[in-house]
Amino acid sequence: MSDSIAEPLSFVCAPAIAAKDRIVLGHGSGGRLSAELLRDVFLPMFSNPILDRMDDQAVLEIGGSRLAFTTDSFVVQPLFFPGGDIGSLAVHGTVNDLAMGGARPLFLSVAFILEEGLPTETLRRIVASMTEASAAAGVSIVTGDTKVVERGKGDGVFINTTGIGIVPEGVSLSANQARPGDRVLLSGSIGDHGIAILARREGLEFDAEIVSDSAPLHEMVAAMLGVSTQGAASGQIRCLRDPTRGGLSSSLNEIASQSGVSIQLEETAIPIRDEVKGACELLGFDPLYVANEGKLVAIVAPEAADAVLDAMRHDQRGADAQIIGTVGGRIGAGRARVTLRTAFGSTRIVDLLAGDQLPRIC
Amino acid sequence: MKFVDEYRDPKIALAVAERIARKVTRPLVLMEVCGGQTHTLMRYGLDELLPPGVELVHGPGCPVCVTPLEMVDRAIRIASTPGVIFVSYGDMLRVPGSHTDLFQAKASGADVRIAYSPLDALKIARMNPERKVVFFGVGFETTAPANAMAVWQAKREGLLNFSMIVSHVLVPPAMRLILSSPSNRVQGFIGPGHVCTVMGFGEYEDLAREFHVPIVVGGFEPIDLLEAISMLVAQLEEGRAEVENQYSRSVHYKGNLPAQLILHEVFEVTSRKWRGIGAIAASGLRLRDKYAAFDAERIFGTGDVTAEEPRECISALVLQGLKKPLDCPAFGSRCTPMNPLGAPMVSTEGACAAYYQYRRHV
Repeated sequence: MSDSIAEPLSFVCAPAIAAKDRIVLGHGSGGRLSAELLRDVFLPMFSNPILDRMDDQAVLEIGGSRLAFTTDSFVVQPLFFPGGDIGSLAVHGTVNDLAMGGARPLFLSVAFILEEGLPTETLRRIVASMTEASAAAGVSIVTGDTKVVERGKGDGVFINTTGIGIVPEGVSLSANQARPGDRVLLSGSIGDHGIAILARREGLEFDAEIVSDSAPLHEMVAAMLGVSTQGAASGQIRCLRDPTRGGLSSSLNEIASQSGVSIQLEETAIPIRDEVKGACELLGFDPLYVANEGKLVAIVAPEAADAVLDAMRHDQRGADAQIIGTVGGRIGAGRARVTLRTAFGSTRIVDLLAGDQLPRIC
Repeated sequence: MKFVDEYRDPKIALAVAERIARKVTRPLVLMEVCGGQTHTLMRYGLDELLPPGVELVHGPGCPVCVTPLEMVDRAIRIASTPGVIFVSYGDMLRVPGSHTDLFQAKASGADVRIAYSPLDALKIARMNPERKVVFFGVGFETTAPANAMAVWQAKREGLLNFSMIVSHVLVPPAMRLILSSPSNRVQGFIGPGHVCTVMGFGEYEDLAREFHVPIVVGGFEPIDLLEAISMLVAQLEEGRAEVENQYSRSVHYKGNLPAQLILHEVFEVTSRKWRGIGAIAASGLRLRDKYAAFDAERIFGTGDVTAEEPRECISALVLQGLKKPLDCPAFGSRCTPMNPLGAPMVSTEGACAAYYQYRRHV
């Protein structure tokens, strides 16, 4: 090849890699790869009207009661991190998935997959933490299971929890109910959990320790629902989501897509802690895609937004709650559903990530 | 956040944009050399703040994007060798080779690990004396000193199970190539701030003189870029062609001398192939002979791995600023971050990925 580019160049680019024939880590990231796995593998086989709603929990009518039912598995490393551990996380995660359906959480099951060689003392600490977290959340662990795998076939401890709760009468939340004009409410700062884990895993140290936000949210949800169902207009809270893996962007893209609407965010309204901002700068991450474990995003009718925001701020989990955006109208196929107005007044899209966020080279 | 917020202040940004608009009297084409700068432009929508005649084209300064296909194939072959621990910066893992990528190799059983620094790879080599630990040393002059330091230290410690694939490229030869092309449109450059932090900007004075083109060494925050554009516009309007330093809080004329010392101790200049551009004489770095024992390509005999690079996408033209990502018929349809046809769609610093993430169909 010459050093001149007089001719349009002999191009050198790779062909597309054909369909993935193996599971890669990105399939668990909550981004586009996860969505593909659901669409291509699970939904075509499992499909039924309840599952197809694609909410964080199934709501079942049984004997005149409406039960919320959900399950979640926890594979976090390290097992213990600032602000929590795999045990408390396993309780909060499932409690929150129930709460996002408006349910009062009641019972949990817990299944442990333990790796041969795990110190019993480690397991005791995790179980003690689960006991404390479930007592604080007012749920009972009523059934369980334990399996042990050979050394090297697990990562210390994996935990699955399944939960059941009761959905109060008149409450019906679903990701397909957002309407143009609704407000987008966020209960506090984003990125705390994901960055706390990463900092611990990578041995990154900051002046102020970054602490996971892992916490149960059902009490705040009950207070929010108490506001919205007062008076005539019930149904003013359309939908709740806890933006865990995949972060705020994934939750909002799911809501926008399931409701067939667009969402416009205001960058300056989204609370992010300085330490988290700093860590994200360092790693080349965008906080909009970083996991949270004690935050929720709510889509609320405009006339109820201020009252619901007030209720959130009265709860310790929602002291920093903000209105961060507005639901817009339908948009053409293939157009960006979620956009963000930057501090500079320009607009950019907030898309699902292809896979995991990758640390940038420089 | 201190030392960052000052460079993201919308009021200052608008004031600088107004200054640019007042100064400019004719259409101008400017190139930001670095992928990190492209990313900032897109993320903050800075081009929307510029007067209509000022066009920014995106340069070749994304190290992941210009790493040639065959180098990725060689990396995948080495990573898939039994007993090897392969260590890389995160964003190289999703770069497609001829048939697969490092994520897929990992899913198929290769031991591929992400590191933030080559010194992490040294640590892994010390802890696993029975395994061969290979680091994928890519990047511009920015990452070269740290990679050189890792090799130097490995030699000093006699850490013979450590080696490196060296695929370093240098910025000034690529700028020279762009300027030498009869189809060149670029009238001024925002110089690579991080590269100049290491190397200083003496080399760029030769380019400015020879091609009578203004170069302003620029930073990576919104105000940095707008200031650099303002300085370029002033030079062009006044008929000057000098090297100026906007990023003086990081860049000094001579650069970082200890970093240059270690770089030259371990590496020497060589011809390199650039993805999308082809071979450029004296445009890269390789290990000096006295460090040959740490040359992974020699140890694993991958010299015979070459890749036929298909004419598929227009990234050659994009990397030279001759086309915009949106000019590509495959953009956003056949070529997405999920299934990248070319490297600029892979890394967050790639021009195509920046357009896809922030700008597509807004």
